[in-house]
Amino acid sequence: MTLYAFYFLSFVAIFSALLVVFSKNPVYSVLYLIITFFAIAGHYILLNAQFLAVVHVIVYAGAIMVLFLYVIMLLNLNEESEPHKNTMVKIAAVFSSGLLLLVLIGSLRGASQLVHKTGGEIGLVQNLGQVLFGEFLFPFEVASILLLAAMVGVVMVGKDEEKNAND
Amino acid sequence: MIAFLTYKGILVLVIFIITLAVAAYSTYAERKVAAFLQDRIGPDRAGPFGLLQPLADGAKFFFKEEIIPNVSNKVLFVLGPCIAMLTALMAGVVIPWGNTVFLGGKEYALQIADLNIGILYVFGVVSIGVYGIMIGGWSSNNKFSLLGAIRASAQMISYEIAMGLSIIALILMTGTLSLREITLQQAGGIGSHWNFWNVVYQPLGFIIFLVCAFAECNRTPFDLPECETELVGGYHTEYSSMKLGLYLFSEYINMFISSAVISTLYFGGFNFPFMNNVGLSHNWITVLGSAFFFGKVVFFIFFFMWIRWTIPRFRYDQLMNLGWKILLPLAIFNIALTGLVSLLFSR
Repeated sequence: MTLYAFYFLSFVAIFSALLVVFSKNPVYSVLYLIITFFAIAGHYILLNAQFLAVVHVIVYAGAIMVLFLYVIMLLNLNEESEPHKNTMVKIAAVFSSGLLLLVLIGSLRGASQLVHKTGGEIGLVQNLGQVLFGEFLFPFEVASILLLAAMVGVVMVGKDEEKNAND
Repeated sequence: MIAFLTYKGILVLVIFIITLAVAAYSTYAERKVAAFLQDRIGPDRAGPFGLLQPLADGAKFFFKEEIIPNVSNKVLFVLGPCIAMLTALMAGVVIPWGNTVFLGGKEYALQIADLNIGILYVFGVVSIGVYGIMIGGWSSNNKFSLLGAIRASAQMISYEIAMGLSIIALILMTGTLSLREITLQQAGGIGSHWNFWNVVYQPLGFIIFLVCAFAECNRTPFDLPECETELVGGYHTEYSSMKLGLYLFSEYINMFISSAVISTLYFGGFNFPFMNNVGLSHNWITVLGSAFFFGKVVFFIFFFMWIRWTIPRFRYDQLMNLGWKILLPLAIFNIALTGLVSLLFSR
């Protein structure tokens, strides 16, 4: 049962991820990306990480993709207005994303040893909270300061443009 | 296993039917409340007191001509109302509609799924709900629809933040994300031992949550996405027949679900005063509790309507100011206050 669910979710995730890249219309790309995120959230649930799954849905599918869709709708991007990039840029994009894939695969190499260490309950909100605020407190706080800095930066950039527009 | 599945299946079906019935009669109640507040009679032609009005409306929606604009994106145009309806119905899964019932020596909980992340699940479903409006508005290929869709997305994102932060203060206090446990913590109340509902401890959080719930449901004074004085009909300008019906209906379902969530989080859910002192058996307490729960829900639905027919619509910049400059800092202040108080008094 779990195995079939895994195959189904993997199929959906990979298929819709391919469609994100191949669809001409940016709105379709965003919608397929949302489906991909749901499939990945399903994987989290299979791994008994309900908290991660629901946060994944809230943050990525529910907030970030809404903003993506918002911008695409506001700029009214569609098939005709899609800019055509030249071949060099495309080759460079393929090459760099291939490198990223290599890095990701490399980081997963030792993952098979981790499976039994966590006991399968690490994704529940209580365990996750204890790990985040105990063992990994410092990195967690650093990450939050990084996010805060990014937020302040965004506000500053927005303000600057407003001032320039008034001049 | 089979018995478990049958029981859950029946529960899902019952809650589905109750949700649809409550939503249908909310449309009737809305007009009756409007009529009452404006000193009119309201619908009274279909059946006694107009009680068959929702059926008449439904039949009318089905027999109306269905127009799909030529320039629209047909697949997404149909998908929009479907998503709106689907996500509206999904949130009811985690709400505890009642305590447990003992039947033949077995305990049955009147809740479809007691997830340990219940409240976050509700947030997840709510955050997906906006896609129904956005996809519908965009695929209509109409400027007014698009503006409505864009407004909806900006509004939902803005108010989700304040809503989430107002909930964090409550979670700080209760220490759990499960809606059932939050309800059980509020058990007892006035009577044998004093135990107040969460609204007593979280008045500010409750007000922030309530305002955000109005905004999330697109109800007046926050119904900017369908603001008819500026945008014809907003995101559903191009919709006709039952597709329009689904959009309108999903708004009432959302209202019902948010009333249920408010009652659960802040008003004790299925608990009621003197519940330990009436001297009834557990099953009867559960039945009474569910009745009280629905009473609270009905009150909040009435409150939604009361506000709608009392307060005029905000301007868009006022809406954004309220969300970002008032509710968000207030919610953060509430978190800090709750943290401080629970640290000092270690409640």
